[in-house]
This record gives sequence, structure tokens and C-alpha cells, in this order.
Amino acid sequence: MTAFFNAIFSRILGAVRDLAPIIIVIAFFQIVVLQQPFPNLGETLVGLVCVVLGLALFIHGLENGLFPLGEAIAQAFTKKSSLVALLSFAFCLGFGTTVAEPALIAIAAEAAEVVALAGHIENEASVRDAYALNLRIVVAFSVGSAVVIGVFRILKAWPLHVMIISGYVIVTVLTFFASPEIIGIAYDSGGVTTSTITVPLLTALGVGLATSIKGRNPMLDGFGLIAFACLAPIIFILAYNMVA
Amino acid sequence: MQFLVDLASSFGTTLRDVAPIVLVLVVFQVLVLRQKLPRLKQIITGFVLVVIGLSLFLVGLNDALFPIGETMASQLTASNVATTEAEVRWTDYMVIYAFAAAIGFATTIAEPPLIAVALKAESASGGAINAWGLRLAVAVGVAVGVSLGCFRIVTGTPLQWYIIVCYVIVMIQTLFASRTIMPLAYDSGGVTTSTVTVPVVAALGLGLASNIPGRSTLIDGFGLIAFASVFPIMSVLSYSLINSKLTKRKRSQTSTEL
Repeated sequence: MTAFFNAIFSRILGAVRDLAPIIIVIAFFQIVVLQQPFPNLGETLVGLVCVVLGLALFIHGLENGLFPLGEAIAQAFTKKSSLVALLSFAFCLGFGTTVAEPALIAIAAEAAEVVALAGHIENEASVRDAYALNLRIVVAFSVGSAVVIGVFRILKAWPLHVMIISGYVIVTVLTFFASPEIIGIAYDSGGVTTSTITVPLLTALGVGLATSIKGRNPMLDGFGLIAFACLAPIIFILAYNMVA
Repeated sequence: MQFLVDLASSFGTTLRDVAPIVLVLVVFQVLVLRQKLPRLKQIITGFVLVVIGLSLFLVGLNDALFPIGETMASQLTASNVATTEAEVRWTDYMVIYAFAAAIGFATTIAEPPLIAVALKAESASGGAINAWGLRLAVAVGVAVGVSLGCFRIVTGTPLQWYIIVCYVIVMIQTLFASRTIMPLAYDSGGVTTSTVTVPVVAALGLGLASNIPGRSTLIDGFGLIAFASVFPIMSVLSYSLINSKLTKRKRSQTSTEL
């Protein structure tokens, strides 16, 4: 138990160091540039304590729970050596984590509004909701497929940069045909879909797979799943907008 | 009292976030793998800590940091006097660019998924990649990206030209970069824009677009996150290029000394 508290305490020190830049920036602009007194100082301090504690617990749980879990699952799948099971796991993980992602729900609703204002679909609540829901499913599907492609790449050791650069070329070509209102949303959606829990789990899975398969280098082959998960939504939203 | 309500609702959202992941993991564990996980107790404790930690973290952000970030973004943008589109000069917004760079850097350093990936990269590379070096490189990339994104909103120039030029730069850098850093660099783009950065940066963009005459929040307000996800790729690739040059020079120096 003391070991646990000692570990948490050193995590708290680390969290303070991680958050120091935010506090410095806000204090600097508030005091030097805006020259206004701090609004709700007491509430802010309570919030800061929560942020520090939360970050400390999160990092501790990550290293003791999420990382070992991702690695254990990767090892179990390589032992079982069933390609279908591994790929369907990859798809479910990508799809399941994206479809319920709060940031994606917000972005999809905004996208529906933009498209309705531009007159591409009828500006009625039911039509917009249907558009937003379809968009979410399309993006979740795209992330699921992206993780499948990414896992398959790790197994085959295909070079990542060739695939990513082809993705960039596809995005560039689609941009020329997409309606201008949707471009900003499509580009933003790539960064939004990968959440705080998905990223560590995908990283642990990728590195775990690359470590337990003979002849794979964890640095060369283990990373890259997130890059796919970021690029696929951009391509699918641009394409969906052209089709719908 | 309000605090406890916030905490409970944040806990609820985090659980909803985690639920699909747990469901997928359990279904595959029970139906497909049918193996006992090693250190199961430790993993479950870790998972519980992650959920509690994330809920606390989000409550703190919502109560303390986001309101300040938002009021500051609107105060900084509102101080400008331009009332028609013709009066907007991009040089009048220097404070905004500086604030955007500073807040982009600071939020990225604290971004939990980036910490996770940096730790993993350090252990997977056997210490060749320094977790702090990587986080600094990514944060510098986000700072430059968000700052340039604000410049784009002020000038109202089309987003796609910036992003496509960035893609071309990434392609050129890829030709020269070492193969081992590439996957990590591509990943770092998606890692940066998460829990902390997205809300702050989105608020900045929307505030800026609504305060500048002639800009639409819907079209011009978006795009900052796209900048924040492309620029880290470039900065991490540059970081590795500089890093390998430095180690080479060090090596040749030590060999001449010998």
C-alpha cells in the first residue's frame, strides 16, 4: 500500500511539471497582456488540483492497466494465429471507440448544419439528424477499416510511408472535387476521432504485435495505427459528401 | 455541491467513452481468445484508475482552465477595432498569434495520449528516443501550426492550400528522414489533438472567426485542429533529422579526438 502511495506521489509531481506551461501561459497573458484580475480564483485553484490528481491517476493506470492489457491481447492473438479473429478484433476496436466518441458527435452535428445551410440537403431537424448519424457511422466504419489495414500492414511489414503518402494524394485529389463548406470539417475530423483511451490502447496493441512477431521491429512496424485512424476519416467524409 | 454534480456527470461520460472498449475486449477475451490474462487484478485496478483519473482531469479542465481560455480568447480578439472586412489587417493581430502559439504549446505538453505514446516510444526504441524530446518537438509543431491557423482565419485564405502544401513538405521530408522515426512521426499528428487541445483550440478559432468582420464561424472557424495535426508530423521529422546530424557530429568528434 505504501508503495502504491509513493508511486502516486511521484506521478503527482510529474503531473505538476506537465501542467506548469498551461498555468504560466494563462497567468502571463492574464497579468501582463490583458492586465485584468483573475476571474473566480478559488474555483480555478480547486479545478487545478483536480487536473493534477486526475492526470497522475490516469498515467499510473495507463502504465499498470492499459499498456499491459494491450500487450497481453497482442500476444494472445499471435499465439492463436487466427488472422480473421485478429482483424475482426481490430475492426471492432476502431469502430466501437469511434461511433460513441463525443467529439465526433459534435463535429457530425456541425457538419449537418453546414451542409444544410449550403442547401445540399433540406434544412429540417430530421434530415439533419439522419445526415449526422450516417456521417458518424461512415467515420466509425472508416476508422475500423483503417485499424484493420494498419494491423495487416504490421503483419506484412509493408512500408508505412508509401501508404500514408498515397493517402495524402487521395485527400488532395478529393479536395478539388469537394464542396468548400465541408473541407474544414473533414480535415478537422481526422484529429478528433482518436480519443484519450483509444490512442494508448492502439499504441500498445501495435507495439505488442510488432514485438511478438518474429522479424518485426517495434519502432518500424509497431507505430502507425493512429496515423491510419487519422487519415481515413478525412477521405471518407470528403467522399461521403460527394456521394450524398 | 455543484462540484459533486459535475464530477458525477464527468464520471458518467468517461464510463460511456470506455464502455465500447471494455465490451469489445471482454467479448473477444471470452469468445475468441479463451485464455486467462496475466496479472488480471493489476489490469483491472489500472483500468479503474484510468477512468477515475480521466473524470477528475476533465472536471478540473471544465471548471478551471476552459472558462479562462475561452474568456481570454474572446477578450484578446474583441480588443480589435476593425469593423469592416477592408479594415482587417493581419498585422493587428500579433497578440493573437502569440497567444495561439503559447497555448498550443502548453496544452500539447499536458496532453495525456501524447504522454502515453512518448513513454511507449522511449521503451520501444530502447531509450534512443527521448520521451521529453519527442513531446517538445510535437508541442513546437502544434504551436507553429495553431499560430499559422489563426493567421489563416484573419486573412480568410482557403484552408486546403495550406494543408496541401504541408502534405508536400511532409512527403519531401519523408525522403530524407530515417525509417525508424517515420511511423512515430505520422502517429504524432493524431495524438496531439485530444482532450486538452481540441476544446481550447476550437474555442479560439470560433471566437476569432466571430470577432473578425467578413469571416463565417462555420467555414473559417474550423481548420485549426487540422493545422495542429499536420505540423507535429513536420516538427518530429525535423527533430529526428537534427538529432541524427548532432549524433553524427558527436561521433566524428570523438573519433578525431581518439
